[in-house]
Order: sequence, then C-alpha cells, then structure tokens
Amino acid sequence: MVKKTIHEINGRIKDGSVNVVTAEEMVHIVDELGADGAAKEVDVVTTGTFGAMCSSGVWLNFGHSEPPIKMQKIFLNDVEAYTGVAAVDAFIGATQLSESLEMEYGGAHVIEDLIRGKSVHLHATSHGTDCYPRKVLDTNLTLEDMNQAVMMNPRNAYQKYNAATNSTKNTLYTYMGTLLPSLGNVTYSGAGVLSPLSNDPDYTTIGTGTRIFLGGAQGYIVGEGTQHSSGGGFGTLMVQGDLKQMSSDYIRAANFTGYGTSLYVGMGVPIPVLNEQIAQATAVSDAGVTTNVLDYGIPSRDRPALRQVTYEELRSGSVEIDGNDVPTSSLSSFKKSRAIAKELKNWISKGDFFVSMPVEKVPKGISAKPMKQTEGIALVSDIMAVSVVTIGKDASVYDAARTIMDTAFNHLPVINGDNTLAGIVTAWDISKAVSKNKFDLVEDIMTRKVITANSDENVAVIARRMDQNSVSAMPVIDKNKQVIGIITSDDISKLYGRRS
Amino acid sequence: MKIKINISSDIITKPIMAEAILETGVLLNISQAHFDRSRGEVVADVLEDKFEMMCESLTSKGAVVKKLDTPINWDENECVECGACLSVCPTKVFSLDDEFNLQVDETKCIQCGTCVAMCPHNALSLGNNG
Repeated sequence: MVKKTIHEINGRIKDGSVNVVTAEEMVHIVDELGADGAAKEVDVVTTGTFGAMCSSGVWLNFGHSEPPIKMQKIFLNDVEAYTGVAAVDAFIGATQLSESLEMEYGGAHVIEDLIRGKSVHLHATSHGTDCYPRKVLDTNLTLEDMNQAVMMNPRNAYQKYNAATNSTKNTLYTYMGTLLPSLGNVTYSGAGVLSPLSNDPDYTTIGTGTRIFLGGAQGYIVGEGTQHSSGGGFGTLMVQGDLKQMSSDYIRAANFTGYGTSLYVGMGVPIPVLNEQIAQATAVSDAGVTTNVLDYGIPSRDRPALRQVTYEELRSGSVEIDGNDVPTSSLSSFKKSRAIAKELKNWISKGDFFVSMPVEKVPKGISAKPMKQTEGIALVSDIMAVSVVTIGKDASVYDAARTIMDTAFNHLPVINGDNTLAGIVTAWDISKAVSKNKFDLVEDIMTRKVITANSDENVAVIARRMDQNSVSAMPVIDKNKQVIGIITSDDISKLYGRRS
Repeated sequence: MKIKINISSDIITKPIMAEAILETGVLLNISQAHFDRSRGEVVADVLEDKFEMMCESLTSKGAVVKKLDTPINWDENECVECGACLSVCPTKVFSLDDEFNLQVDETKCIQCGTCVAMCPHNALSLGNNG
C-alpha cells in the first residue's frame, strides 16, 4: 500500500528529487512495474491537451476614462464584448463574430492579437449618467494597458468528445470541420492517452483550486465546467488564468468554415500519484478511451451513434463503418498536447510548479440536462397546407397556368402517373416558357431536382433547408414519395409572427 | 508533373485538349477541371520529358499552360499540426510521421481546395494562381 501526501510530493519538488513523467510514459511504467510499483516510483503524472475550445473568453478591465463612461455596448476590433457588469469590465468570448468581417475574425482573434502584443481598437457607447457622463469612447489598447486580463473559460478540457461523420449527400461545414458526404470522413477531438480528465476519471485530485498549465502560464481550475456530464464520461472543467502571462504557442484563434471562430486552448493538469489507484488510472492508453461516432447529418440534439470507437482506432488513420475504411482527422493537435505534458513536466522537475489538492472536487455521476422548451416545437405537419394542388407531368403548360390562376398556388408539385413526385413548376417557369414561346408539356419546363420536406420534420430544420436552397416552397412527401402537402416561406413567416 | 491549363472563354467549347493529345500522342491525366462562362481551368499530370511537346501543342491552340511547382502553400507558423487536413484530401498529400509532425507531399496535390476550407488555422492556400 502506497500512501503519499501532496505535502511530501511538494517537498520533493522543492529539493529536486521529484519523479515526474508524462501520461504517455506512465502507460509503460505501470505496464512494467504494476500500479503498486509505479505509485512508489512516480510522484506526478502530467497530462496535456490542445484543441478547439469554443467556450472560452477573457475578462478585461480597461481602467476609467476621463470623463468616465459606464460602457453599455462595446466592440473590440469590431467584435462585441459583454459589459453588463459595472462600468469598464468586459467579457470577450471566443466565438463572437466581427460585425464587419463576420466569420473571418472573432473574439478568439482579439484574444490572440492581445497575447501577440498587438493594439486592439475599443469602441464603447453609453446613455451617459450623472456619475458617468461620457457617451462615446474610442481608443486603442494593448494587453499591457489593461488592469486585468483574466482568461475565464466556462467549459474546457472535455474528458472525451464524440467523433463526427456525415451520412447525407451534401458536404457539411461544422464545428467538427468539413464532413464529406456519404460517410466520407470522420473527425474527432481530444488527447486520449494525454487527456487530463481521462487520466483521473474519479476526479481524485481534480477540482476547485487545482493548479494547472493554461495557455503557457500557471492557471487554476475554478470547478466543474458548464454542461459537465461526468455520469456519461463527458466531464468538463471551468478554468482561469492570467492572459498577460500566456503565449501564442498555446493559445490560437481558429476559423471553422461555415461555423465561425473558436479558440485553440493548450491545457495540462498535473496528477499527483498519491496511491496505486491513482497510478492505475493514469495508466490509461488511447485504447482505453472510447467514444461514439455520431452522424452530424441528422440535424438534431440526439444524433444517432453509428458505432463505438477507441482513440487508438481514431488515431490509426481510418475506422471501419458499414464495411468501409473511412479516413479520420484529428482536430486537436497531439503533437502540441505532448509538448504541453512535457513542458509541465519540466516546470515541476525544475521546481517552478507545485501541485495542489482541490478545495472541492469536481462532482461525479451527474449528467447535463437538455433544454426545457416551453413553447411547443412546430412540426411541418402543423403548418403545411394539406389541400395541395398538383399537376400531371403530361399536362400542358396552358393547363398549369390556368391551375395557378384558379387556385392562387404559386408552386405546383408535378406528379407521375402513380402520384409520386416528379418535379415542381412555378409561375416563374411558366412565364419563362411563354417568353420563349415554348408551349409544350409541363414535363419539359418543370424543375426535376425538387427540395422536399417530411411531415415529421422540425420547422426550424426545413426553414434552413429552404434558405440554403433558395426556394420559397417545398412539397411535403411521405415514405412512398406521394405528395401529401406543401409548405411555403409564408407559412413559416406566419408561424414566427413576421414576414420574411 | 502537374500543370495548369487555362482556357479563355472564346475557345472554351473547342476540344483543344483532345486535339493536343491526338496530335502529340502524349498522355494527359486530368485530375481537376473547372469550367464556367468566363473561363476553363484544368489541372493535369503529364510526363516531365513530354511537357514541352504538350505545352507547345496546347499553346498553339490558344491555351495558357503553367507548371504547378507549388500547388499548395503551407504556412508552418499558422499550422498547429492537428491533422484536420488528412481525412479530406483525396490524394493523400498530408500525413503525420511517428512524432506527429505534419508531412506535406505537394507533388500529389490536384488543387481541389478541400483542405483550404478545412484548415482551422488558415495555414493552407492554393499556389500558382493566375
């Protein structure tokens, strides 16, 4: 039975006799010496991760202007920050997008620019009060000019994360990167063998007050992260650190095409080996961390899992799905994760960093709830028109024109002899045919590639489909491709109480 | 070797590549083609020692031919070597070595541009444009 205290380990860090290894090295040590032997031998195991952590940001205090202002709305390089806390404090979030550059530049870029010593433009407005008379303020500030710049990330260091793929026929642009059609690739994130929380899944040494590596500086764990879901193995951490001490080697802005900006955060948690249970836990390898491959083609909170995989399989370069070898990509950098675990190891070996016990441990066995939605969720079947007027594909263009005039429907689904959907014809198609003096059959002028909806789909989902395909109406079809209704952008506008 | 063939709008409908292949007997392996109203752009492979012959033939028919020396630019300062580019590349330009260093074999690049959109750090861009 090995039993060490934090005090003893810190004593060894102080006198230089401490034995620190990375979580990768620990796998082999436990394999060789067993948990008991490893616990005697090793004092601290270092972990590391470097990946996209959208739930990140920085609290800034600008100091007071002359005359003073109570900032109500502010922009840093045209990226909005939240100032609803007194006069000159603001929180700049990583995923907030620039008003002018949109997805090209966001809060993450402001944070990286500040770390790199660049000057950032501050624009602030206010109503003006007796105590804070100023209404508008413009100035340029560097990180040095701030009183405080505290990185405060509500949800970082996911214990593990779901891998992503796409079963649809279209390329998807997501926060998990480009997902190619027809299960063309799998993307994943997380450091596996080096993952901080996976190396101490019982949170024996991790919690409020634990000193960590954050962005190249010493930081602290605030406590459980938001959406912490330790029950399912998806624990998260809320962390904080001094931005002024951080390095752009370990904090990097990122852009995900079609999604927006995010911040790559480098973090490492030291795990003091107090007993053999902890030694055993830090022996976890890539093969010991499993996650699910989810289908991001399903636009739902509950995306179906296609299979379970280990990080070892993901890191091998391909995983098998439905008999095919699908190539994999990591979005987090394993090389950087390794560099962080090594740097933290160096700090501790040199006596620059001391380990700590948490004041309060991160809670175990809890799960995050989905959102309670009090407004009913509208389905296509709730708002579609069921008295849909269709036209046969062998009808004449003249018939189609008359049907549109008689029924006031602008879109006519075109059907085959067996009532299945063949195409769609609009008043515009008819005008075009008339202008070309082409009065043939509906079949010749209809659009064949019809964008359709199903009656059980969420209106929010089909509204986006309508928008992406630049159409203003979609036939609603059943499983047998029979037309059972039609939904228009007008129906959706009425639902949301405004016209688009 | 990889070449880029630019075809202006006035000759866009003419089968100049087919003619050049028949005329020279040189194989042209087309890996990427984009045509719109204003221009045509084709990326293709041709044997190094046959390049001059093919280039001459295509040029005589009005095309502009360029060697694709650096089809893809890799900005190592922006790159964090995550490897996001690996799974979207159709020709395996990217790989990670045993130490997880990113390796870029640009000779395989067909300039599809998929990795440019994928890269979260704007570290990749298409080269030899024009």
